[in-house]
Amino acid sequence: MSATCSIPFNGTPEQEKKLNTVIEKYKDVSGSLISVLHEAQEIYGYLPIEVQKMVSEGINVPLAEIYGVVSFYSQFTIKPKGKYKVAVCLGTACYVKGAGEIIDRIKTRLGIEEGDCSADGKFSLDATRCIGACGLAPVVTVNDDVYGRLVPDDIDGILDKYTD
Amino acid sequence: MEREVITMKLARSHVLVCGGTGCTSSGSEKLLPEFDIQLEKAGIKNEVSVVKTGCFGLCALGPIVIVYPEGAFYSMVKIEDVKTIVTEHLLKGRIVKELLYDDSIDGAAIKPLKDVDFYKKQLRIALKNCGVIDPEEIDEYIAFDGYKALGRVLTEMEPKQVIDIIKQSKLRGRGGAGFPTAIKWEFAANQPEGKKYVCCNADEGDPGAFMDRSVLEGDPHSVIEAMAIAAYAIGSDEGYIYIRAEYPIAVRRLNIAIEQAKKYGLLGKNIFGTDFSFDLSLRLGAGAFVCGEETALITSIEGKRGEPRPRPPFPAVEGLWGKPTILNNVETYANIPQIILNGAEWFLGIGTEKSKGTKVFALGGKINNTGLVEVPMGTTLREIVEEIGGGIPNGKKFKAAQTGGPSGGCIPTELIDTPIDYDSLIEIGAMMGSGGLIVMDEDSCMVDIAKFFLKFTVDESCGKCVPCRIGTKRMLEILEKITSGKGTVEDIENLKKLAGSVKSSSLCGLGQTAPNPVLSTLKYFEDEYMAHVIEKRCPAGVCKDLLRYIIDKEKCKGCGICAKHCPVTAISGELKKPYEIDQQMCIKCGVCEIKCPFKAISRK
Ligand SMILES: Cc1cc2nc3c(=O)[nH]c(=O)nc-3n(C[C@H](O)[C@H](O)[C@H](O)COP(=O)(O)O)c2cc1C
Ligand code: SF4
Ligand code: FES
Repeated sequence: MSATCSIPFNGTPEQEKKLNTVIEKYKDVSGSLISVLHEAQEIYGYLPIEVQKMVSEGINVPLAEIYGVVSFYSQFTIKPKGKYKVAVCLGTACYVKGAGEIIDRIKTRLGIEEGDCSADGKFSLDATRCIGACGLAPVVTVNDDVYGRLVPDDIDGILDKYTD
Repeated sequence: MEREVITMKLARSHVLVCGGTGCTSSGSEKLLPEFDIQLEKAGIKNEVSVVKTGCFGLCALGPIVIVYPEGAFYSMVKIEDVKTIVTEHLLKGRIVKELLYDDSIDGAAIKPLKDVDFYKKQLRIALKNCGVIDPEEIDEYIAFDGYKALGRVLTEMEPKQVIDIIKQSKLRGRGGAGFPTAIKWEFAANQPEGKKYVCCNADEGDPGAFMDRSVLEGDPHSVIEAMAIAAYAIGSDEGYIYIRAEYPIAVRRLNIAIEQAKKYGLLGKNIFGTDFSFDLSLRLGAGAFVCGEETALITSIEGKRGEPRPRPPFPAVEGLWGKPTILNNVETYANIPQIILNGAEWFLGIGTEKSKGTKVFALGGKINNTGLVEVPMGTTLREIVEEIGGGIPNGKKFKAAQTGGPSGGCIPTELIDTPIDYDSLIEIGAMMGSGGLIVMDEDSCMVDIAKFFLKFTVDESCGKCVPCRIGTKRMLEILEKITSGKGTVEDIENLKKLAGSVKSSSLCGLGQTAPNPVLSTLKYFEDEYMAHVIEKRCPAGVCKDLLRYIIDKEKCKGCGICAKHCPVTAISGELKKPYEIDQQMCIKCGVCEIKCPFKAISRK
């Protein structure tokens, strides 16, 4: 049922320039692959195979190793994220306070599963671990906005704010 | 050391605004510029200093603002309240009673913070400076005896003496296992001279915990100072802090702190004019729980997939890039400067026979005062839950507390008087862990909680060894079967058997401890498991597939609102007569229960 967006990769020259600066900075630092990937993801929003190839050539690490690292760590994503990144905390404190019902409600409303992005590219949904706001449990973030002490009925009102 | 002598800014009042993650999430960031504007307007900007600090601990009541010298503790401060605080309290000297935290008011007076229930039983060593100093100003750390311990160590002590003090203090690692810190250091110190590393584990993987994050956000220099002390003790000149990328505020403050320490000559070459040099950098994690395990963490610092490897060789012998390495947890480090300054005897006076000092807990779940607490070892769970935590909300009953996150276990009501220390917790099948403490009430289903943790482990298993990769998955399948009402008594037996073999044959701590939440809930709540398999009932009313929504015929007035809202038209009836739910069609969404104006619908 999940309709994921499959926008073809379209990196800009500016992005590539930024990536090259990053590569330059880390080229000779041992063990820097993860740092490079963090910054590359910051630039492109995700790490499609095209970006991994550029990194591979830039810092001279085999693509297979890069892919191995990208797929190992959950923070790295090879799928693009939505314009609005919805993240539901499924840390223990939030779970005990009903985060499971919150994420179910969001899935129904957006028609997507965890890790996916809606067909129009607007929303993506992720489950996160404790974001350190347990006092506000259960917690949902949309980009940098934090919403706490939620009940499932709050979800529609929150998502309605992100329309443009 | 060449640098200017500094004094803290002189001001008649100090306004401390919590800048920890909890309060930032509830909007504390916006309060700072507002204080600036309002103080400017009132014309008293020069007389009042506004400081963004680390966490005060009482996260549930954020944003928190404390005004000194009165020590007025304002909670849940909204942006419009800033003006009132400025014009009333700061300008006219009238404390704004309505905005004070209830428990800090004592008749007409305000109680000192140390007498407020939440703080009364706490003892802050690792969190000593959190909520007190501005973590982005090294001068404030220095004004509170910061870097004094490092100075003393470098100028007055031999490396061996440093290790001896730590040994005498009996400090044990706060990352979970409670391994004696000095032993690890001694191992590394005894390796032949040459390159050695000092690392800090700031990966904080327990999914409901934020102790280390609060230390790093509130007092980053204490960890930097301690790592330099450790480096001197083992003969190292380079260190890494491995921190999770999910902690942006902590990362930023650490970067600022490292820069400032370098500028002051407290990191880098020839520290305190001695021939000791120490460089420190950060490495970001990328969201893999297993990277909290020491060998995996080291591999991850090297930029590779963070998979554990068998030990021995232990990192103290062969660690980062094959060199002797010590790895300690953030909170362990935060204790070091205090032990050096106050002496081992002082530390030995706190805590229990085998667990010395304090422990920081992230108190969460079904508890009134969610937040961060630091208590002497040996404090009972009851004191934490009832006195510090202020009990369970909504008049519900305490059912159990979970410590140690996905590696730990639960402590049921019968054992609520257990003193919290490493050994007592192991004895009852739980563990100290890194400090997550989640409270559950009668509405929490223990089978569901066990399933929650196991799901976490299955997601996070690195897949390197079979017992963990496949075993935990099989266990999860069994739990899913049980919570969906298809479980049998044999399933419970199989679960126990599987748990035993996963525990004994997994390669690293992740797999070895993964069955703990299942085993401990089975130990104390077997009847609840049995209710799921035999009666097909979830006593706490959590497991959806076992729920039944029932309309109470006495209370139903036949208004029909429930039927209108049911998304699958499972409810039918005649107006003004009791309605009925078709259990076959019901998808257990619970809408009817919420919508019924007469509270006639309940789940059983
Ligand atoms: C799966 C797994 C996850 C761990 N996660 C952490 C963690 O997040 N933070 C931590 O300090 N220790 C963690 N540990 C424990 C570390 O391996 C190590 O024992 C600890 O950092 C040592 O520091 P200490 O002696 O100061 O406690 C973890 C262990 C395992 C097996
Ligand atoms: S026990 Fe689990 S996490 Fe640890 S090495 Fe084996 S598969 Fe990986
Ligand atoms: S568990 Fe959700 S914020 Fe901590």
